[in-house]
Amino acid sequence: MLSAGAFIVLMVALGLVRVARGPGRAERMMAAQLLGTGAIGALLLFGAASGDGAMFDVALTLALLSAFASIAFVKFALRQDHQVPDDDAVEGAR
Amino acid sequence: MLDAFSVVAIVAGLVFFLAGTVGLLRFPDAYTRLHALTKADNLGVALVVIGLLPQMDGLLAALKLVLVWLLVMLSSAAVSQLIARSVRRREPCE
Repeated sequence: MLSAGAFIVLMVALGLVRVARGPGRAERMMAAQLLGTGAIGALLLFGAASGDGAMFDVALTLALLSAFASIAFVKFALRQDHQVPDDDAVEGAR
Repeated sequence: MLDAFSVVAIVAGLVFFLAGTVGLLRFPDAYTRLHALTKADNLGVALVVIGLLPQMDGLLAALKLVLVWLLVMLSSAAVSQLIARSVRRREPCE
Protein backbone atom coordinates (compact mmCIF):
# COMPACT_ATOMS: atom_id res chain seq x y z
CA MET A 1 0.00 0.00 0.00
CA LEU A 2 2.92 2.30 0.69
CA SER A 3 4.22 1.67 -2.81
CA ALA A 4 0.76 2.32 -4.25
CA GLY A 5 0.65 5.66 -2.46
CA ALA A 6 4.16 6.48 -3.64
CA PHE A 7 3.06 5.67 -7.20
CA ILE A 8 0.19 8.17 -6.95
CA VAL A 9 2.57 10.83 -5.62
CA LEU A 10 4.87 10.16 -8.58
CA MET A 11 1.95 10.52 -11.00
CA VAL A 12 0.96 13.83 -9.45
CA ALA A 13 4.56 15.05 -9.72
CA LEU A 14 4.49 14.17 -13.40
CA GLY A 15 1.21 16.02 -13.75
CA LEU A 16 2.88 19.13 -12.37
CA VAL A 17 4.83 19.32 -15.66
CA ARG A 18 1.55 20.53 -17.12
CA VAL A 19 1.61 23.46 -14.70
CA ALA A 20 4.98 24.56 -16.04
CA ARG A 21 4.18 23.87 -19.69
CA GLY A 22 0.45 24.53 -19.87
CA PRO A 23 -0.57 27.07 -22.49
CA GLY A 24 -3.52 28.46 -20.54
CA ARG A 25 -4.69 29.09 -17.03
CA ALA A 26 -7.28 26.34 -17.33
CA GLU A 27 -4.60 23.70 -17.87
CA ARG A 28 -2.73 24.85 -14.80
CA MET A 29 -5.93 24.68 -12.79
CA MET A 30 -6.58 21.16 -14.08
CA ALA A 31 -3.14 20.09 -12.85
CA ALA A 32 -3.96 21.63 -9.46
CA GLN A 33 -7.19 19.62 -9.42
CA LEU A 34 -5.22 16.45 -10.18
CA LEU A 35 -2.87 17.40 -7.33
CA GLY A 36 -5.79 17.62 -4.90
CA THR A 37 -7.31 14.33 -5.99
CA GLY A 38 -3.99 12.52 -6.03
CA ALA A 39 -3.18 13.83 -2.56
CA ILE A 40 -6.51 12.47 -1.30
CA GLY A 41 -5.83 9.05 -2.81
CA ALA A 42 -2.26 8.94 -1.49
CA LEU A 43 -3.37 10.03 2.00
CA LEU A 44 -6.00 7.27 2.08
CA LEU A 45 -3.41 4.67 1.09
CA PHE A 46 -0.81 5.95 3.56
CA GLY A 47 -3.44 6.07 6.30
CA ALA A 48 -4.46 2.48 5.68
CA ALA A 49 -0.81 1.39 5.56
CA SER A 50 0.17 3.09 8.83
CA GLY A 51 -3.11 2.48 10.66
CA ASP A 52 -3.21 6.15 11.63
CA GLY A 53 -6.80 7.31 11.63
CA ALA A 54 -5.85 10.98 11.50
CA MET A 55 -4.78 10.66 7.87
CA PHE A 56 -8.38 9.92 6.87
CA ASP A 57 -9.46 13.14 8.56
CA VAL A 58 -6.81 15.03 6.60
CA ALA A 59 -8.05 13.44 3.36
CA LEU A 60 -11.61 14.39 4.26
CA THR A 61 -10.62 18.01 4.88
CA LEU A 62 -8.64 18.11 1.64
CA ALA A 63 -11.64 16.75 -0.27
CA LEU A 64 -13.69 19.62 1.13
CA LEU A 65 -11.12 22.33 0.46
CA SER A 66 -9.66 21.37 -2.94
CA ALA A 67 -12.92 22.20 -4.69
CA PHE A 68 -12.84 25.79 -3.46
CA ALA A 69 -9.55 26.58 -5.21
CA SER A 70 -10.96 25.74 -8.62
CA ILE A 71 -14.26 27.49 -7.94
CA ALA A 72 -12.41 30.65 -6.91
CA PHE A 73 -10.31 30.41 -10.09
CA VAL A 74 -13.38 30.19 -12.31
CA LYS A 75 -15.05 33.13 -10.60
CA PHE A 76 -11.88 35.19 -11.01
CA ALA A 77 -11.43 34.20 -14.67
CA LEU A 78 -15.03 35.04 -15.52
CA ARG A 79 -14.79 38.43 -13.86
CA GLN A 80 -11.48 39.27 -15.52
CA ASP A 81 -12.62 38.48 -19.05
CA HIS A 82 -15.28 41.23 -19.11
CA GLN A 83 -17.55 39.28 -21.33
CA VAL A 84 -21.29 38.91 -21.11
CA PRO A 85 -21.87 38.23 -17.41
CA ASP A 86 -24.21 35.40 -16.59
CA ASP A 87 -25.97 35.13 -13.28
CA ASP A 88 -23.01 33.27 -11.75
CA ALA A 89 -20.59 36.10 -12.54
CA VAL A 90 -23.06 38.67 -11.26
CA GLU A 91 -23.38 36.68 -8.09
CA GLY A 92 -19.60 36.58 -7.73
CA ALA A 93 -19.26 40.34 -8.18
CA ARG A 94 -21.92 41.08 -5.63
CA MET B 1 -4.14 -8.97 5.64
CA LEU B 2 -4.06 -7.80 2.07
CA ASP B 3 -6.62 -9.86 0.25
CA ALA B 4 -6.78 -10.19 -3.48
CA PHE B 5 -9.84 -7.99 -3.92
CA SER B 6 -8.12 -4.98 -2.38
CA VAL B 7 -5.00 -5.46 -4.46
CA VAL B 8 -6.99 -5.73 -7.69
CA ALA B 9 -9.14 -2.66 -6.94
CA ILE B 10 -6.22 -0.49 -5.81
CA VAL B 11 -4.13 -1.44 -8.83
CA ALA B 12 -7.06 -0.64 -11.11
CA GLY B 13 -7.31 2.75 -9.39
CA LEU B 14 -3.60 3.33 -9.94
CA VAL B 15 -4.08 2.54 -13.64
CA PHE B 16 -6.69 5.28 -13.82
CA PHE B 17 -4.37 7.74 -12.06
CA LEU B 18 -1.67 6.85 -14.61
CA ALA B 19 -4.12 7.28 -17.49
CA GLY B 20 -5.28 10.63 -16.16
CA THR B 21 -1.74 11.94 -15.82
CA VAL B 22 -0.67 10.71 -19.25
CA GLY B 23 -3.81 12.16 -20.78
CA LEU B 24 -3.24 15.49 -19.05
CA LEU B 25 0.27 15.58 -20.51
CA ARG B 26 -0.36 14.20 -23.98
CA PHE B 27 -3.85 15.23 -25.14
CA PRO B 28 -4.01 18.09 -27.61
CA ASP B 29 -6.56 20.58 -26.25
CA ALA B 30 -8.26 21.64 -23.04
CA TYR B 31 -11.44 19.60 -23.42
CA THR B 32 -9.70 16.27 -23.96
CA ARG B 33 -7.36 17.04 -21.07
CA LEU B 34 -10.37 17.70 -18.86
CA HIS B 35 -11.84 14.40 -20.03
CA ALA B 36 -8.69 12.54 -18.97
CA LEU B 37 -8.55 14.40 -15.66
CA THR B 38 -12.08 13.47 -14.64
CA LYS B 39 -11.27 9.79 -15.20
CA ALA B 40 -8.46 10.05 -12.67
CA ASP B 41 -10.68 12.01 -10.29
CA ASN B 42 -13.73 9.78 -10.26
CA LEU B 43 -12.55 6.28 -11.09
CA GLY B 44 -9.09 6.50 -9.52
CA VAL B 45 -10.26 7.63 -6.10
CA ALA B 46 -13.39 5.45 -6.31
CA LEU B 47 -11.41 2.27 -6.97
CA VAL B 48 -8.86 3.09 -4.25
CA VAL B 49 -11.71 3.65 -1.76
CA ILE B 50 -13.44 0.41 -2.81
CA GLY B 51 -10.17 -1.44 -2.40
CA LEU B 52 -9.58 0.02 1.06
CA LEU B 53 -13.12 -0.59 2.37
CA PRO B 54 -12.56 -4.26 3.36
CA GLN B 55 -9.37 -3.26 5.21
CA MET B 56 -11.18 -0.90 7.58
CA ASP B 57 -11.78 -2.28 11.06
CA GLY B 58 -14.72 -0.17 12.17
CA LEU B 59 -17.96 1.00 10.61
CA LEU B 60 -17.07 4.61 11.34
CA ALA B 61 -13.82 4.43 9.37
CA ALA B 62 -15.60 2.81 6.44
CA LEU B 63 -18.27 5.53 6.50
CA LYS B 64 -15.53 8.15 6.53
CA LEU B 65 -13.97 6.63 3.42
CA VAL B 66 -17.33 6.63 1.66
CA LEU B 67 -17.82 10.27 2.67
CA VAL B 68 -14.43 11.17 1.16
CA TRP B 69 -15.47 9.43 -2.05
CA LEU B 70 -18.83 11.22 -2.24
CA LEU B 71 -17.16 14.60 -1.65
CA VAL B 72 -14.60 13.93 -4.37
CA MET B 73 -17.33 12.93 -6.82
CA LEU B 74 -19.39 16.05 -6.04
CA SER B 75 -16.51 18.52 -6.22
CA SER B 76 -14.94 16.95 -9.30
CA ALA B 77 -18.23 17.04 -11.22
CA ALA B 78 -18.85 20.68 -10.30
CA VAL B 79 -15.28 21.80 -10.95
CA SER B 80 -14.97 20.10 -14.34
CA GLN B 81 -18.18 21.78 -15.49
CA LEU B 82 -16.90 25.17 -14.27
CA ILE B 83 -13.46 24.79 -15.91
CA ALA B 84 -15.01 23.67 -19.20
CA ARG B 85 -17.36 26.64 -19.11
CA SER B 86 -14.53 29.10 -18.49
CA VAL B 87 -12.53 27.60 -21.37
CA ARG B 88 -15.56 27.78 -23.66
CA ARG B 89 -16.23 31.36 -22.63
CA ARG B 90 -12.73 32.43 -23.54
CA GLU B 91 -12.89 30.95 -27.04
CA PRO B 92 -14.96 32.79 -29.62
CA CYS B 93 -17.92 30.88 -31.01
CA GLU B 94 -17.19 29.30 -34.36
